[in-house]
Amino acid sequence: MGYTPEMKELIKRVEATRPARVERARRGENFPALSLEERAVVLEKFHPDYQKEGRRAVRVGRDKGLVLPDEIATMLESRSMLRPDKVDLTKIDFDTDVLIVGAGGGGSSAALLASNSGLKVIMATKLRHGDANTMMAEGGIQAATQECDSPFYHYLDTIGGGHFTNQPDLVAALAHDAPLSIAWLESLGMIFNKLPDGRLDARHFGGSSRKRMNSSGDMTGAEIMRVLRDEVRNRRDRITVLEFCPAVELLLDETGKCAGAILYNMETREFFIARAKAVVIATGGNGRLHIKGFATTNHYGATMDGVVMCYRAGVGTTCLPSTQYHPTGVAYPEQNVGLLITEKVRGLGAHVLNNEGEQFCFPLEPRDVESAELIKEAVEVQKAVLTPTGRYGLWLDSPMIDLLHGEGTVRRELPAKFIQFARHGIDISKEPMLVYPTLHYQNGGIAINADCETVIPGLYSAGECTGGVHGENRLMGNSLQDVITFGRRAGVSAAAYVKKGVELKKLTLDHVAGYEKELAEAGIDNPMVAPILLPDYATDEVASRRMAEAIQEAE
Amino acid sequence: MSKQECSCATPRQVATGDRAILPEGARTIPIYVMGKRYEVPETLTIMKAMEFAGFKFLRGAGCRGGICGACPTVYRKEGDYKLYFGLACQTVVEPNMYLAQIPFYPANRAQYEIDTIKPAAESIHALYPELFRCVACNNCTKACPMGVEVLDYISAIKQGDIARAARLSFDCIQCGMCASRCMGELPQYHIAQLTRRIYGKYIQPRAEHLEKRVAEIESGKYDATLKDLQSMDKEKLEKLYKEREREPDMAPLGTWMPKDTQYL
Ligand SMILES: Cc1cc2nc3c(=O)[nH]c(=O)nc-3n(C[C@H](O)[C@H](O)[C@H](O)COP(=O)(O)OP(=O)(O)OC[C@H]3O[C@@H](n4cnc5c(N)ncnc54)[C@H](O)[C@@H]3O)c2cc1C
Ligand code: SF4
Ligand code: SF4
Ligand code: FES
Repeated sequence: MGYTPEMKELIKRVEATRPARVERARRGENFPALSLEERAVVLEKFHPDYQKEGRRAVRVGRDKGLVLPDEIATMLESRSMLRPDKVDLTKIDFDTDVLIVGAGGGGSSAALLASNSGLKVIMATKLRHGDANTMMAEGGIQAATQECDSPFYHYLDTIGGGHFTNQPDLVAALAHDAPLSIAWLESLGMIFNKLPDGRLDARHFGGSSRKRMNSSGDMTGAEIMRVLRDEVRNRRDRITVLEFCPAVELLLDETGKCAGAILYNMETREFFIARAKAVVIATGGNGRLHIKGFATTNHYGATMDGVVMCYRAGVGTTCLPSTQYHPTGVAYPEQNVGLLITEKVRGLGAHVLNNEGEQFCFPLEPRDVESAELIKEAVEVQKAVLTPTGRYGLWLDSPMIDLLHGEGTVRRELPAKFIQFARHGIDISKEPMLVYPTLHYQNGGIAINADCETVIPGLYSAGECTGGVHGENRLMGNSLQDVITFGRRAGVSAAAYVKKGVELKKLTLDHVAGYEKELAEAGIDNPMVAPILLPDYATDEVASRRMAEAIQEAE
Repeated sequence: MSKQECSCATPRQVATGDRAILPEGARTIPIYVMGKRYEVPETLTIMKAMEFAGFKFLRGAGCRGGICGACPTVYRKEGDYKLYFGLACQTVVEPNMYLAQIPFYPANRAQYEIDTIKPAAESIHALYPELFRCVACNNCTKACPMGVEVLDYISAIKQGDIARAARLSFDCIQCGMCASRCMGELPQYHIAQLTRRIYGKYIQPRAEHLEKRVAEIESGKYDATLKDLQSMDKEKLEKLYKEREREPDMAPLGTWMPKDTQYL
């Protein structure tokens, strides 16, 4: 396959400007970086987080007035898929000590720790166990284990990277537990990259003062997920995993404690009442909301369900307005759209170019600035390439790398990317890549404390669905650590709470009814129904043939 | 407007999220999903082509990035006797491909206790005696969408070479295609998972510096420091942040020490 003839024509323009650009790069000259003032302007105008348009204040709930991306605000201003007054809450289908919602790294860690104390655990998840962002993490996991490092420096790097907007108790918990998490994973039989004597082969990363990035090949998240899933499966006497059974609503009891959730079997379309003495929400991120139409690195089920359910029950959020975009996601070939291209490509000297083959930005601006500059070149300057499937793309001139550092550098330094593109007939050591910013990480979310407690007794949360650990900017390798540290803490806290003795009273969905009343009072008519569970990728044409307006509901 | 200009001019409509659109002039090709014909844009993956055609996945889609194993797909091409295997999220559609997804394949998994298991090949052989039903037909390797040398890792386990099997099976995404084709009815990927965990826990050397750090943390060594940091004002934090010494890139691990050691 490879590039289309039209794209190959455009590549000639890149090749035409390359010798001069390589010459300049050899002389150490680069496209000038922006001043702080210029950065502010481009961010303000083009970074989705800063732009005024496409954002608005949410009109209901605990964080009323908070300015959020439209897609997120709309999601919070949604109504339930259930009519609360029509649900019979006296017929209990599952009764358990701890209910874990979501089976990624956070949920699985919580399930294991809760089951350690002999409690009965149910883990309900939307897709299969492990279909999760955790599975996709490649780079690594932070922990201050080396002699020259300590939790002190992990704390400093993290809060500095987050522009000092992080929630201090959560950062302290992260820095404190990180080595314990790694030791736990090691004891479960996870394979780490190690030196021959067993020392963890740690590396530097953007924003680090010490080498603290631990990894397992280039599939660290997958290795974590495989091991945790295998261990959960070894405990089937204590942990029941319900796949394709997302939670769609939280249950409270009359006294306001969390008392379980309503689960939905997506295959048989049955609803189940799951009563639980404690609930842990670990539903992960929101990339599949495709804020402003961006592609995403996230898995298929990343639709922010946990935040929606908790918000409806009265739990607020931390840092929710902030989202991480990665500047270089794949724009072509279509099969890789949205997938990450590591910063290393630009670090090795590759220029970012428009469809004329011209440079328009310094390639190593901070992530948010770089993203904004790419968006500007496409949307305002209109000098992006348009792919056969109708996407914007800008060139990332990877062939420069071999010219600058010698033949074979691309293959040696970027083996996974080389193979990924070679599979589709593109040799990135000879042809440039097409890239565009991609939605990567939900920086904020459900408000918790260091014991993973929310404001509702019996309701705990951990992982990417929570906010505060990373402030407004997450460092690489801290989110995998986040899910293990806080997943474990949530499991321990929930178990301790249950062990103290919890007496559940009559179950209610009054919080849902109350929330919908608030929606009506705010004049929000026809709110969307959420959690949406899965994104809908039907084309307009297919959707129109479904004749939503014309059909009569058979039920 | 020439074709060339067309691919860089203002688009009438831009694809958003994962939803593909058909720009003017794009070609479509026929594919057969479980025998039924659909016209889809060329260059799409099987997954996106099916979505373009109107399918909404419930099973059969997970990471959408080639790492979770939710989307294994088998297909044949017109006039070609060969059976092909791929991941729907990674494989590009070809004209006249006949495909079906196999999002789940049953395979037995043995229960065990990682903390008490004897870290030796006999343990694996005892839990999975069917290992010795392998007839070395190599169907598994041919079916693996990750290019894993499945037969080779199975042979390594039979021969008791746990380290080699762990290495050979490392890229396995547990999609189940090998098990679906196995003459000996083995659950290869479960056997490999057990093998890797034994390797990771018992055979790969333990990290000693980690053990020390865990002991320090559990003795409360950093509690006061972390408490101070939490109540520190932004100005002080910023100062400390700016003053951090950076471990030199080229210093071998475990050799460099900062000048200021009070926070270690
Ligand atoms: C491509 C990629 C690369 C990354 N690389 C790194 C890296 O190198 N280092 C790093 O530290 N971090 C990385 N991250 C981030 C990190 O992987 C995630 O933030 C983290 O794994 C999230 O874990 P989690 O358990 O909170 O959520 P997830 O792992 O996403 O798990 C959430 C689970 O909840 C389920 N769920 C959702 N809604 C419901 C519901 N209503 N009911 C029941 N279940 C539900 C989901 O299906 C899923 O199984 C990366 C992320 C991506 C996408
Ligand atoms: S070894 Fe088997 S389960 Fe693993 S990726 Fe290959 S075919 Fe799939
Ligand atoms: S398919 Fe089964 S029998 Fe054939 S080589 Fe693989 S493991 Fe052995
Ligand atoms: S969807 Fe995960 S491998 Fe294809």
